[in-house]
Amino acid sequence: MADFDEELDASGLNCPLPILRAKKTLAGMESGKVLHIIATDPGSVKDFEAFARQTGNELMESKEEGGKFQFLIKKA
Amino acid sequence: MEEKKLAIIATKGSLDWAYPPFILASTAAALGYETEIFFTFYGLQLLKKNLDLKVTPLGNPGMPMPMGMDKWFPTLLTALPGMEGMMTSMMKKKMASKGVASLEELRELCQEAEVRLIACQMTVDLFDMDSSEFIDGVEYAGAARFFEFAGQSDICLYI
Repeated sequence: MADFDEELDASGLNCPLPILRAKKTLAGMESGKVLHIIATDPGSVKDFEAFARQTGNELMESKEEGGKFQFLIKKA
Repeated sequence: MEEKKLAIIATKGSLDWAYPPFILASTAAALGYETEIFFTFYGLQLLKKNLDLKVTPLGNPGMPMPMGMDKWFPTLLTALPGMEGMMTSMMKKKMASKGVASLEELRELCQEAEVRLIACQMTVDLFDMDSSEFIDGVEYAGAARFFEFAGQSDICLYI
């Protein structure tokens, strides 16, 4: 996984909390910085794709590892 | 990107039905929607400072019950005293164990994200409610105020 600037552990949280926490964290970051998100909600995979498309933030990577879902989002 | 708008009417005051308006509004706000919820009739319960919402299996054949009770438990007995309290407490425990946010938390997130919360003034008067019972930041208005925003919205939901 590529480098990132901030990390958000949303493990154990269910819809829509991972998205809401990610939005909040991104709001405090500068443009071009990368956020690494860890989630356990399987619904978050499609949700982060949709979140990225609608907010214009780039979803650089999305993968599953050992039951955890990991995302890299670059702030627009 | 042009800002989209979501207008929701919240009419129900039970624990289960309190979730959709707050989940959808907070998510929409996170996606950049300008969002407004108009609370009318029983939906006004969702604006109370002390949320004391309940869920009941009575008249709700779709509600999953513990130990497969929805399969064998006589419908009439769901009206027994204590049933509502028991189901409410079980539902809250289940939600907490699955990482589902509390209503208070979702409502706060909505307010932080500048979702506008509007209480139907007519219902407040009808039920002799007082604005001191409600959380801060609520706007009091009527149907015309709702249509002003709903008329320009991209999505309008009645819950």
